[in-house]
Amino acid sequence: MRETTGSKAFRVVVLVILSLFTATPLYVMVTSALKPLGDVQGDFTWWPSNLTIQPFIDIWTTVPLGQYFMNSVIVASSATLFSVVIAIFASFAVSRYRFRGRSTFTTTVLATQMFPGVLFLLPLYLIFININQTFGIQLVGTRTGLIITYLTFSLPFAIWMLAGYLDNIPKELDEAARVDGSSAMGVLFRVILPVARPGLVAVAIYCFMTSWGEVLFASVLTTQDSRTLAVGLGEYSTQVNVYWNQIMAASLVVSVPVVIGFLLLQKNFVAGLTAGSVK
Amino acid sequence: MPFALIAPAVVFELLIHVTPMAVGVWMSVVKLTKFYIANWSAAPFAGFDNYHLALDVNGALGASLLNSFAITCAFTALVVSISWILGMAGAVVLQRTFWGRGFFRTLFLVPYAIPVYAGIIAWKFMFQKDTGAVNHLLADNLHLIGAGDKPFWLIGDNAFVAVVVVTIWRMWPFAFLMLMAGLQSIPEELYEASAVDGARPFRQWRSITVPMLGPVNRVLVLVMFLWTFNDFNTPYILFGGAQPPTGDLISFHIYSASFLTLNFGFGSAMSVLLLLFLLLVTGVYLFVLNRRSRRA
Amino acid sequence: MKMRTIAAMAAIAAVVMSTAACSSGGGSSPSGAGKTLTYWASNQGTSLENDKEVLAPELAKFTKETGIKVKLEVIGWNDLQTRIQTAVTSGQAPDVVNIGNTWATSLQATGAFLPFGDAQMKAIGGANKFVKTALDTGGAPGKTVTSVPLYGLAYGLYYNKKMFSDAGLTPPTTWEDMVADAKKLTNPASGVYGMTLAAGSYTENCHFAFINSAQNGADLFDSKGKPTFTSAGVVDGIDRYLSLMQSDKVVNVANAQYDNGTQSVSDFANGKAAMVINQNNAGNSIAAAGMSPDAYGVVPFPAPASGEKIATFIAGINLSIFKNSKNQDAALQFVKFMTSEATQATLDKPFSSLPVLQGVTPTFTDNADLAKTFQDIYSTKSKPLPLVPAEDQFESTVGKAMNSMFATIATGGTVSKADIKAALKTAQDQVTATMG
Repeated sequence: MRETTGSKAFRVVVLVILSLFTATPLYVMVTSALKPLGDVQGDFTWWPSNLTIQPFIDIWTTVPLGQYFMNSVIVASSATLFSVVIAIFASFAVSRYRFRGRSTFTTTVLATQMFPGVLFLLPLYLIFININQTFGIQLVGTRTGLIITYLTFSLPFAIWMLAGYLDNIPKELDEAARVDGSSAMGVLFRVILPVARPGLVAVAIYCFMTSWGEVLFASVLTTQDSRTLAVGLGEYSTQVNVYWNQIMAASLVVSVPVVIGFLLLQKNFVAGLTAGSVK
Repeated sequence: MPFALIAPAVVFELLIHVTPMAVGVWMSVVKLTKFYIANWSAAPFAGFDNYHLALDVNGALGASLLNSFAITCAFTALVVSISWILGMAGAVVLQRTFWGRGFFRTLFLVPYAIPVYAGIIAWKFMFQKDTGAVNHLLADNLHLIGAGDKPFWLIGDNAFVAVVVVTIWRMWPFAFLMLMAGLQSIPEELYEASAVDGARPFRQWRSITVPMLGPVNRVLVLVMFLWTFNDFNTPYILFGGAQPPTGDLISFHIYSASFLTLNFGFGSAMSVLLLLFLLLVTGVYLFVLNRRSRRA
Repeated sequence: MKMRTIAAMAAIAAVVMSTAACSSGGGSSPSGAGKTLTYWASNQGTSLENDKEVLAPELAKFTKETGIKVKLEVIGWNDLQTRIQTAVTSGQAPDVVNIGNTWATSLQATGAFLPFGDAQMKAIGGANKFVKTALDTGGAPGKTVTSVPLYGLAYGLYYNKKMFSDAGLTPPTTWEDMVADAKKLTNPASGVYGMTLAAGSYTENCHFAFINSAQNGADLFDSKGKPTFTSAGVVDGIDRYLSLMQSDKVVNVANAQYDNGTQSVSDFANGKAAMVINQNNAGNSIAAAGMSPDAYGVVPFPAPASGEKIATFIAGINLSIFKNSKNQDAALQFVKFMTSEATQATLDKPFSSLPVLQGVTPTFTDNADLAKTFQDIYSTKSKPLPLVPAEDQFESTVGKAMNSMFATIATGGTVSKADIKAALKTAQDQVTATMG
């Protein structure tokens, strides 16, 4: 298909606007991270006059960044893994079965998206404490507690998204496989999931990001040992100073792996899409 | 079989969402002030006192809640609509393969990929009056305003603009991601067929893209609405402990009432009201959409 | 189906509640070696890591002396209040915790903290070892305190020596002098102002609402603990403080968005302002911003010539023990250790704090004059913030109202006394509506 000049111009304009809007804060982050503290506190300049990499060295000692990073990686990836697996089963049930309570389930799942976090933060904390006292499972202040919380946060939307994708996959595919003697699980794993891969990747990305950036619950449910980056970055602002340059440097350091991970996934994403199974 | 499949999801939802929520509703009808928080069972039953306080718009607390609610409505309307427009524009221009497409796709998703705190704090830094990049750009680079008239962004009326811009910056990549995924499932043949019929790109967008994205849009708009309305991180990180009146978003408003002044009963009552409002809006939204899709 | 779901939820909620109620029990057991205490410390040093480094040797010493181990967690000020509240609410708490002493009475009202009665006081070395005014911040008057002072802090007026001598000025002793000096030193064209304030920080602002009201002899709460924010003395006090930016114009309007004391300190250190009012731990921040200690002096924050000579509230950090700690005796030993002369002498310097013990000379600075000035402010020109349970509500309502008023002034509006009174009326109504 040929592209018209009009749509080409439109594309250029849109890309320029969106890129500037998106990239300016990123640019400021990079340059500020390369300035000494005094310069960051002074008048703003687009280009650092005194380049330094000192902030990138200091960040590791001002705050135990490495440990927080590990916590975040463990929490976010476990939450994503569990959330996606649970969502696959649930959305398969919602999409392929008609059962009693189905609409109650889907409505409730949707309704949880409306719960204001401030309302159930304190009750959740209390429930965790009680689980600890009743079953001896420590959830407050541990990564496990945070993983459970986050996987649940991303679950409703993950189920919704995936159910939508599965609905779009023709039932004839299932039936064909059934005729060939596959069980329900066989259909799910051998027929549906490969086709739904783009949807799965998108949902996984969503789950990961939800856990990666959450601040409110992490600030209450974690202690020093289990603290995540989202909260830990706040520690560069102390009683004595706001280390703007270190905040920016640390933000960059923690963002880079995620962006790279995204780049790698993107290929997967595209491959899944160009397979063109969805017709 | 279906019950076994949804069982894990049900267990976690009950544990993390539903039960705490029920406890939260209970909290809203007791007098859970600082005098009782260490010993819940002794907290006296308050009936609808907490609700009465919150809804009495002539009282100081009711009036400030109403103000916060109005601001949050305006905030949500702007953020959701602009994020959707940007996300759609981005997804559409990247629909076609061209050199550099992967670069832009990654770039646009970066605001979504970096930790919330990092993104918002960078904006906070840029919105400083004398040392911030925004004023430097407007006054010293573009000369749109005089160097002596650099405006405030984080206090006063502009605070509203600031919080809207920052939230859009974080929200639109999500719309972009979802719409892009949705676009991939539209068969290329549809466009080819309509191109043969001589349809211009805008026409194609209206008659093919938008309708085909219907299911994605339905979820996307609703979810963005709910997240934006409940957004806590942006005002909390952008404004610190004290949000300006024009940036007094409702989640933060409730958080201050609950945690800064230790009145969880009142805070919960406000949250329940917020929840009822969101339920109502969602109900109407789904009802209208269902009826329309049935008619179509 | 629906009814059943609701019933099930109610049942779950009931179970949760009943267990929550039980959880606040717990009791003390004999102290001794092998115990481990959990201690939440606040951020006093240059970073959380720095705090840990400073405290670690002291904690090691304590363990060596008593055999009791201490598990330390340093918590930033942003999170500390929330963490303490969830701990209070759930009953799952550390044994010992640092609190800002202004929260002491509000936290005392929760009943979650151990009162330091005669026996407990004796165990930590007796009430007499503390400076009396500092100990008074530990709880409401007439009630047994639930916290004891750990680090003392006081406000002082820091001035730039060179800027003052260049202009032929001497440091001010009255409010009027201070404003006159500040006007002479203000030169907006070169970006230099007489003073700098953290006018966007609600905690700083409410402190100055209190100090300026106290200079007028006005109280923020009556004897029954009801707010009296709209009294003439309070309105005038706040008006006076706002006038520094509004009518005297000796403060850069940009200060209205300084939501953190360190921003005004950095303006001062960088020569953009001739005076800054800060607590005695500003020394670290000033040094970090590159100003040498002999380049500035400190005098008491002056009152109007006709006003009461109050220059600060009794600021500082207190130490509390959670009532349901299973290691109360060990916790008391730890409090005793932390408030002992030896430990205080070691910690006062890195944390820039004033002594809270009787008859101890300040060690937070090498500058004897500075030490003397602050010691004098702390012990003779101070008054505690209102010791009422609603103190926390005063901080957030009045402090935020002042943020907005500064914002109005900074963005070109005017704030009249009637406006101040109206804003304070709203704040007062908010506090009254949820009291009790």
